[in-house]
Amino acid sequence: MNIIIVGCGKVGSTLAEQLDKEGHDITVIDIRPEAVRRVTDSADVMGIEGNGAVHSVLSEAGIQYADVFIAMTDSDELNLLACLIAKKSSTCHTIARVRNPDYVSENHFIKEKLGISMLVNPELEAANAMARLFSIPSAIEVDTFERGRIELLTTRLPSASPFVDCQIKDVLGRFSGKLLICAIERNNEVIIPDGNTFLRANDKISFICNRKESSNFFKKAKIECNSLRSVMIIGGGKISYYLAGKLCDYGFKIKIIEKDKERCEYLDSVFPGNVVVINGDGSDRKLLLEEDLYNTDGFAAITDFDEENVMLSFYINSNFNIKTVTKINKLDIEDMIDKLPIGSVVYPKNITAEMVISYIRALENSAGSNVQTLYNIVGGKAQALEFSVKTASKITDISLCDLNLKNNIIICCIVRNGKTIIPSGQDQLKIGDSVVVVTTNRNLGDLKDILS
Amino acid sequence: MNYRMIIYILGLILNILGGCLLLPATVGIFYNENEWKAYFLVAVLSIILGLILVIKKPRINVFYTKEGFVTVALSWIMLSVIGALPFVISGEIPSIVDAVFETASGFTTTGASILTNIEALSQASLFWRSFTHWIGGMGVLVFLLAIIPMSGGHNMQLMKAESPGPQVGKFVPKIRQTAFILYSIYVALTLMEFVLLIAGGMPWFDSITTALGTAGTGGFAIKNSSIAFYDSKYLQSVITIFMILFGVNFNVYYMVLLKKFKSAVKNEELLSYFLIISFSVVCITLNIKDVVYSGDTYEALHHSAFSVASVISTTGFVTTDFNTWPQLSRFILFVLMFIGASAGSTGGGMKVSRIILLVKSSLREIGSIIHPRSVSVVKLDKKRIDHATLKSVSAFFVVSIMIYVASVFLVSFDGYDMTTSLTAVAATMNNIGPGLGLVGPTGNFSIFSPFSKIVMIFDMLAGRLEMFPMLVLFSPTTWKGTGTVIKRRLKAIKRKIAG
Repeated sequence: MNIIIVGCGKVGSTLAEQLDKEGHDITVIDIRPEAVRRVTDSADVMGIEGNGAVHSVLSEAGIQYADVFIAMTDSDELNLLACLIAKKSSTCHTIARVRNPDYVSENHFIKEKLGISMLVNPELEAANAMARLFSIPSAIEVDTFERGRIELLTTRLPSASPFVDCQIKDVLGRFSGKLLICAIERNNEVIIPDGNTFLRANDKISFICNRKESSNFFKKAKIECNSLRSVMIIGGGKISYYLAGKLCDYGFKIKIIEKDKERCEYLDSVFPGNVVVINGDGSDRKLLLEEDLYNTDGFAAITDFDEENVMLSFYINSNFNIKTVTKINKLDIEDMIDKLPIGSVVYPKNITAEMVISYIRALENSAGSNVQTLYNIVGGKAQALEFSVKTASKITDISLCDLNLKNNIIICCIVRNGKTIIPSGQDQLKIGDSVVVVTTNRNLGDLKDILS
Repeated sequence: MNYRMIIYILGLILNILGGCLLLPATVGIFYNENEWKAYFLVAVLSIILGLILVIKKPRINVFYTKEGFVTVALSWIMLSVIGALPFVISGEIPSIVDAVFETASGFTTTGASILTNIEALSQASLFWRSFTHWIGGMGVLVFLLAIIPMSGGHNMQLMKAESPGPQVGKFVPKIRQTAFILYSIYVALTLMEFVLLIAGGMPWFDSITTALGTAGTGGFAIKNSSIAFYDSKYLQSVITIFMILFGVNFNVYYMVLLKKFKSAVKNEELLSYFLIISFSVVCITLNIKDVVYSGDTYEALHHSAFSVASVISTTGFVTTDFNTWPQLSRFILFVLMFIGASAGSTGGGMKVSRIILLVKSSLREIGSIIHPRSVSVVKLDKKRIDHATLKSVSAFFVVSIMIYVASVFLVSFDGYDMTTSLTAVAATMNNIGPGLGLVGPTGNFSIFSPFSKIVMIFDMLAGRLEMFPMLVLFSPTTWKGTGTVIKRRLKAIKRKIAG
């Protein structure tokens, strides 16, 4: 597809690189020549210098042939204006990054009246991801599919767990509820398991299960799963604002520590009583202890500095028994960060890019490919693909256990009439179902491709 | 440096070269000549060597400017040397330096020859000489990018290093499509010229080689008297027009294809290019009309247009011995040699757009002396040119002059007159072909010593690749650390053998 991206900042350039890898034709626009050069040097994209909200610049970028227009500059107003102009010059889909909470609250009005297809708010998405992590504290990662209806939880199996060195079929036998282990990450490699696969200590297992039963599973697996009551947030930026709001709704007690006095006053004015705002330096150990770190269940390091966040989480995680979540904006060394004992990590720029990309994949689907949506899971090492079963074929109306699937493929979820089914061997695929398949094979184009 | 990737790309280039060498072999078989064996042998060798190099696909395909420059420079040297082997093996050009000179002159689209009797060559070799022009005109790496899918944006480094002009851009987002469009336009224009030449009664073989030679703005003809052999005003005019057309930025043609005629016509470089051509033609016509053509304005116009087009597009075909023209005309041609064709064309020289930028930034400097606090921005086609580009344009100018002076110094050891030495280097460095004096249209480059020829081979390659790739290749800092890498590799191999 022809895609135009305005703004070559962190998110814009990540998007350009990712979409280029997926084979789209991309043109990037930025007013800073060096930003354009950086992107065109690393990805096979065309770069144009100029203001992305100017019609002549857009027509130079070929707006009339564009399928998708993405505005990712720092300024909300510029993004919206650029999308409007793009919308008026062609029939493309428009995606704008909008971060100001005032605009975000009018999300629907903007989408409907201005005709913008999608608004993304990196901070809000990051806050949502963090809130999910705090509400399921035993999970180190939570991926969601089907507009949040299905949750894929990732957790680390402790060496004391009774499930260590068990085969998966025995694990399921000991556990009454429905559960499907979709992926196991061991020594940086992802295995798509079957019933005979053994679980080992320190495996990162990803599974699908509904919320109630998941806590049951955590208990059985001897994975700590005390639900959290209080969360301490370091840094009072936009993510903290959204996160505190979310957690407030869930009934958490929240403490926000922020350096800037004025910002503190603002935060205090918008939140009710169960949010305590403290003016101070979050990297000050004494302050943290004074604010009762010992009796806090959750800790979020969301300052503007990645290094500070990492060090804080490192400290907390190694000295206290507290669920930590770390925000990383810029550091481009995910392999190494994964190895650090800093709990869960949230990358706002990746979340944003992933959202936009799955939107584009969905568009592409209507243009031919059978993949409805594609999500990268377990740190991009495996993919979850969503297909819809449109016609009867070799795979419909057959018990799943009779299907001869390729290696490294698992059908992890069926959605039928709005209900989620976690499949077992006796389930069958019917016409009209949506199916989520987890795989490490790339280039799966059609549901039939899962058969060997 | 990513040595694996460089070797891998060199392997691909060898495969392409092998494929190209099969063509003259076919021509040789067609004309029942013995030389086809030499071409076939080298083609097979080149393909085998190429396959050995590409067997192992590099794990890391990341590529930076440095690797891009080194790869391009190495590829071109390799092309010149391996492309020269058939001449040596078949015995048509026994001296290796001469053969490499001739091939480098072909690939770099120079068209300077060391042969005294071109017509004595086999048809296969004549075809190969013209075909090297065609390959070199648009570039081998651009061809590689067009046919082989390679992922990542790093390949842009290859295109940047090989394509002429201060700013190398893309037409469309994907580099492969951009390269494909470039080659399509190139092939279409070549075919057009071929058809028009055939229509004018030129023999088949001559039409093919002449079209190939014009397209690459090369200048190897298959007759001793070059284009003057075809005593037809029509044929010569067709060639004049196509020489000018191939010196135009291909971006303009793409604009025309997109039906953006306005922006195509308003292109500043295109206008300047035509302005320089018209001015030179008028001056030379007036200058030679009475002295050379005894008042025949049409004849004077015809030959001055041909010569101006030939020199500014850096082709180097000749219809008349412009060395015998008056001093003014000769000087104009000498200046045109340096100006060269447009950026993004198949021509050589400094490129019109660089000259425009140099003039504009010089004017800006003068302005800043008069108004020391004034701020002014250099623009081209109403677009601001950033400092990095301006800096590289000035650096390019300075480096060119330095290499020029140094080369003239080295060539002067042969003891020929000023005109000959000055224009011989100018004609090779700017990829034109014939110069003035002893290397004028009636002379050739066989008079120089092997050492001077090597200097000029360097100049041709440096000129075609716009100086920097060759300089980067020969600068010691590029190769820092290479010794340790090789030592480590050798140790590893030894260990393997031992245990």
